[in-house]
Amino acid sequence: MAKPKLAIYWAAACGGCDIAILDIEAKILDVADFFDVVFWPCAMDFKYADVEAMEDKSITLTLFNGAIRSDENFHIAKLLRQKSVVLCAFGSCAADGGIPSLANLFTLDSILDYVYLQAPSLDNPGKTIPQPTTKVPEGEITIPRLWNTVRTLEQVVDVDYLIPGCPPQSDQIAAVVDAVIDILKNGKPLPPKGTVLGATEKSCCDECPRERNIKKITKFIRPYEIIAEPNLCLMEQGIVCLGPATRSGCGAKCVKAGMPCRGCYGKPINVRDQGAKMISALASVIDSTDPEEIDKIIATVADPVGTFYRFTLADSFLRRAQV
Amino acid sequence: MSFEPKILGILCNWCSYTGADLAGTARMKYPANMRSVRVMCSGRVDPGFILNALRSGADGVLICGCHPGDCHYVEGNYKCMRRIPLTKKLLADMGIDPRRLRLEWVSASEGARFQSVVTGFTEEIRTLGPLELRELNFDAEHPAGTAQEISAAAS
Ligand code: SF4
Ligand code: SF4
Ligand code: SF4
Ligand code: FES
Repeated sequence: MAKPKLAIYWAAACGGCDIAILDIEAKILDVADFFDVVFWPCAMDFKYADVEAMEDKSITLTLFNGAIRSDENFHIAKLLRQKSVVLCAFGSCAADGGIPSLANLFTLDSILDYVYLQAPSLDNPGKTIPQPTTKVPEGEITIPRLWNTVRTLEQVVDVDYLIPGCPPQSDQIAAVVDAVIDILKNGKPLPPKGTVLGATEKSCCDECPRERNIKKITKFIRPYEIIAEPNLCLMEQGIVCLGPATRSGCGAKCVKAGMPCRGCYGKPINVRDQGAKMISALASVIDSTDPEEIDKIIATVADPVGTFYRFTLADSFLRRAQV
Repeated sequence: MSFEPKILGILCNWCSYTGADLAGTARMKYPANMRSVRVMCSGRVDPGFILNALRSGADGVLICGCHPGDCHYVEGNYKCMRRIPLTKKLLADMGIDPRRLRLEWVSASEGARFQSVVTGFTEEIRTLGPLELRELNFDAEHPAGTAQEISAAAS
């Protein structure tokens, strides 16, 4: 019998998700053994034309990492949707917009202007900004057009499952791989569409070993400003920790290492907007009933939007800034 | 056509909703722009309700609760008092005028105050104009978005 086919793709991504897949160590051999890898640009040399030539629904599983922010990302998302039985949004970028969707705080023009004309490290005397089409003696060459608003995979094509995390933790990837192989080998039913795989239904706080008491904060501080007490909840020490507004699944990795959770596993179950949930959580630890004092304490929260939506701006209620 | 603001009012059951009722039974006039939703306490107002309202077509959101110290559940309005300024800051960072969100305390006996709060807020939102969120929904016909298309057309 022919092996089931697997595709792995990166759209607006950093490459970390591909590395996380390789990080499952020896289990990658099971993957190579069980699946026929038909497309994985990060690791092997395939062309888009190879995918275009495949029959519809001939790829059993596609793990799609990266957000959608260009015509190319969109084209491949549609193509892989058409060719795959199961399309999985893999990692924060694909699932929630991820770090790339912080671009939604700006306009595309202002980003291009900064990156190519203003950034202090530039050497661009010709003031060149890449254009979608350029005329050269040999004819016209094109690069993919960038979008003004970064989208999640689910906003542009139909998605079957989400695997959260920036990147998803390797032990969770390995568990998902095992489950998928088991389902395919033994003809078991697939989980319901829309299921979040490789995570749990609790919040990061539920996995956190730090001790919690009553939190009463009069000033927020940034992690570098103190040497945090190792066993006490970071929020109680005044450090903004996204644990209460984040889905568990990573085993509270950052918090165990002394850093606050930054929210990469996305919003927990029954929450529709990670930032809104974080506002509630922060509001409940502020120790004041005086509006003026509250304003002063809130002013110590550094960059609320960038902190509360570091990984989920494209997935938020408002999706982009009105700039 | 003149702009009629759409306003969502979220009123706590024990004080503000009763205050609104009083304004009604006393036949006090105020603009009909506000749709009100009753919640048990202003502490029940999740910031997500506010963002969802603004995303769904509201031009402004007014939240009314019991005066500080008077909350039926003792602390609910203090919770709300801490959430709203943080939500306003978030709105400002997202390029939305934070005046579109207002928190007011209205007791059960303050029908006249309710009338003036709703009138004042409606007028403020009328001055701010409609809230039109750009590129909220993905448009497969114009995936690159408006800003780039406008600048591409201009160049
Ligand atoms: S989710 Fe994180 S690791 Fe994966 S591509 Fe995006 S930024 Fe990189
Ligand atoms: S807020 Fe952070 S440090 Fe505190 S319990 Fe939750 S995850 Fe742990
Ligand atoms: S602790 Fe938070 S930021 Fe760190 S890996 Fe887990 S979910 Fe991501
Ligand atoms: S009951 Fe009115 S604010 Fe809590």
